[in-house]
Amino acid sequence: MSRALVVRRAGPSVTVQDMGRPGYLGFGVSRGGAVDRLALAEGAALLGQPATNAALEMAGMGGEFEATEPIRIALTGAPMRATLDGSPIAWSASHILSPGSRLSIGAVEHGSYGYLHAGGGIATPVLLGARSAHLAAGLGGVIREGDRLPVGADPEPGRTGYRLDPEPRFDGGEIRVVPSLQTEFFAASERERFEATVFHRDNRGNRMGVRLIPDGEGFHSDAGLSVLSEVIVAGDIQVTGDGTPFVLLAECQTTGGYPRIGSVLPEDLPRVAQAQAGAVLRFRFVTIEEGVEAERRGRAGRAALRAGARPLIRAPETIADLLSYQLVSGVTAGDDLDRIDT
Amino acid sequence: MTGSDGTDWPQVRNVGIDGLLVSFADRLSEPANRAALAFRGALDRNGPEGIEETSTSLVSTYLRFDPVAHDRAALRKSLVAMLSSENWFDAPLPEGRRLWRIPTVYGTDAAPQLEEAAAVAGLSPDEAVAMISATRVRVQTIGFAPGQPYLGELPPEWDIPRQIALTEKVPVGALTVAIRQLVLFSVATPTGWRHIGQTAFRAFRPEGDTPFVLRPGDEVLFTPTSPETLEAMSGGGPDGGATSEALG
Repeated sequence: MSRALVVRRAGPSVTVQDMGRPGYLGFGVSRGGAVDRLALAEGAALLGQPATNAALEMAGMGGEFEATEPIRIALTGAPMRATLDGSPIAWSASHILSPGSRLSIGAVEHGSYGYLHAGGGIATPVLLGARSAHLAAGLGGVIREGDRLPVGADPEPGRTGYRLDPEPRFDGGEIRVVPSLQTEFFAASERERFEATVFHRDNRGNRMGVRLIPDGEGFHSDAGLSVLSEVIVAGDIQVTGDGTPFVLLAECQTTGGYPRIGSVLPEDLPRVAQAQAGAVLRFRFVTIEEGVEAERRGRAGRAALRAGARPLIRAPETIADLLSYQLVSGVTAGDDLDRIDT
Repeated sequence: MTGSDGTDWPQVRNVGIDGLLVSFADRLSEPANRAALAFRGALDRNGPEGIEETSTSLVSTYLRFDPVAHDRAALRKSLVAMLSSENWFDAPLPEGRRLWRIPTVYGTDAAPQLEEAAAVAGLSPDEAVAMISATRVRVQTIGFAPGQPYLGELPPEWDIPRQIALTEKVPVGALTVAIRQLVLFSVATPTGWRHIGQTAFRAFRPEGDTPFVLRPGDEVLFTPTSPETLEAMSGGGPDGGATSEALG
C-alpha cells in the first residue's frame, strides 16, 4: 500500500497548501499558498524538512486521519483540539502516526488556521507549478472524507517528538502597514483616523481576505468608484465603496479597482489571517525601510526555528500506561519523565 | 509625456515592501496600455538583476523583487534609466494577436443588470446592446482572476462607476461593465461591476493545453445571441460557440 494519509472525516475547508505559485500574476493567478507562511516554516522545522513541502491547512475545523504506514506528523498554526486514539496530543509539536491509529483534530481553540504536516510532505499532483489549492481560481479543491493524500519519502523518519514555542499571532493586535501606491488617495485626516481606529475581525473571512469592522465610520477616499483597476498584492488593505476595509490574503485577486489605504507587512500578515472572528486589530504605518528590516529579522527567525525545536516533554497525567513505566528504581537523575519521549 | 493635470508620466511607485509599479498614465489610453505591455516585455528580456516576477495592469508594469537581497533605490534607478532610453508610448502591440467573436446573451435572467447599467449610461437597453455588441474591444490586460480579460475601450457613455455594494456572485462567463471597460469573468466571484451579458466562454482552462486563452492585444466582438442558442453552444466545449482568427 502506498504511503498516504487517509481522510476519515474533514472539516468544511481543509485544503492542501504550500508556498503557492509565484510567476503567474501576469495570467491573473495570484500566488496563493498557505495564509500563514510561518506555520509552514514551523512544521518544516519540527520535521526537519524544507518549508516548501505541502501541508494541510485547516480553517476552523480539522478532521480525522489515518496513515497507511508510520508517518511523522507535525501540528502548527492555530491550536486545535487534537487526539491520537483518544489521548490528547500537544500542538506545535511533532508526533508519529502509526497504521491503525487515528488522529483526530477538532475545532480551533484560538486563531483561525491550523496545519497538519507530514514527514516527506503531502505529495498530491503539481498543477501550474504548485500543489496549493487555489479555490478562487478553481485550482484543486477542498479535502473530503475518503480522500487518500499521498505522502512523499521522509528524509528523517526517526526524528519525532519535538515541540516549539510558536510566535504568538492568534489574538490580533497591532499590525504594521507600509504606504502603497494608492495611500495618497486617502486624505491625511483619514489615514490618521485609520491608525487611531480599533477594528474587529468580521466573521466573514476566507483565504482571499479578511473583513474589518471599524468602531466608527468607514473610510473615504478621494478616488471614488472610478479609479483604474491596478495591481494588487497580498497584504493590501482595500477599502470598498461603503468604506469597509478588507485585508487581502494569499488567494486575493491580482488587480482591483477599490483603492488601498496601505499594505500589511508580509511579516505581520499571519497575525491578520490568524486573528479569530471578533479579535481586535489596530494598524500603524511604518516606513518601507522598517518593513524591509522586519522582513530581514523574520527570515532570520524562520531560519533559526529548527534549532529552537525542543524535545517534547510528556506530562505524567497524559500517559495512559503510566504504571507500566518503572518510575522509581534506585537513584535517578530526576528527569526520567522528561526523557521518555526523546 | 505630460498629462492633462500637469503630472509627468511614466511614474515609478512602491507596491508593498517588495514591488515597484511603473505607470504610464492614470487613465486608460491605448498608447499607455501599449507602453505597459512593451515595458514588461523589455524587463523580461533585458531587465535589471533581481526581478523575480513581472505583470501588467491596464497602464502599468509591475515587478516584484527580493527587498532583502536587492536595493530598492538601485533597482528604481535602473528602471528610470530604461524608461528614458526610448519612447514607450510608441511601442507596437504584441505579436500573434487574434480577433474573437464570442456569442453573448444580453440581459434576461441570465444577466440581470443590463437595464440598470444602460440607465446609468443614459441609454435604452436596446441602444446599450447595439453599442456594446458593435464595439471591437481589445484585451488590455489579464487580471483579477486567472485568464480574465479587461477589455476596452467603450464609447464615452459607458464611463459609469462601479456599484457601491458588491454583487454577491456572478457566474463564469459573465460579461460586466464599468468605466468604459468590459470584464469577462473567468471564475464565479463577487464583483462591483454590473452584469449585462452572459457567455459560455471559459477564459481559464486549468486542465487544457492552453490554460489562459486570451492574450493582451487580442480583440473581441461580443455578438448577441438568444438564450436557447447559447444553451446549445455551452454543451460544445469551453469556447461556448466562440470563433477566432489571426489579426494581421
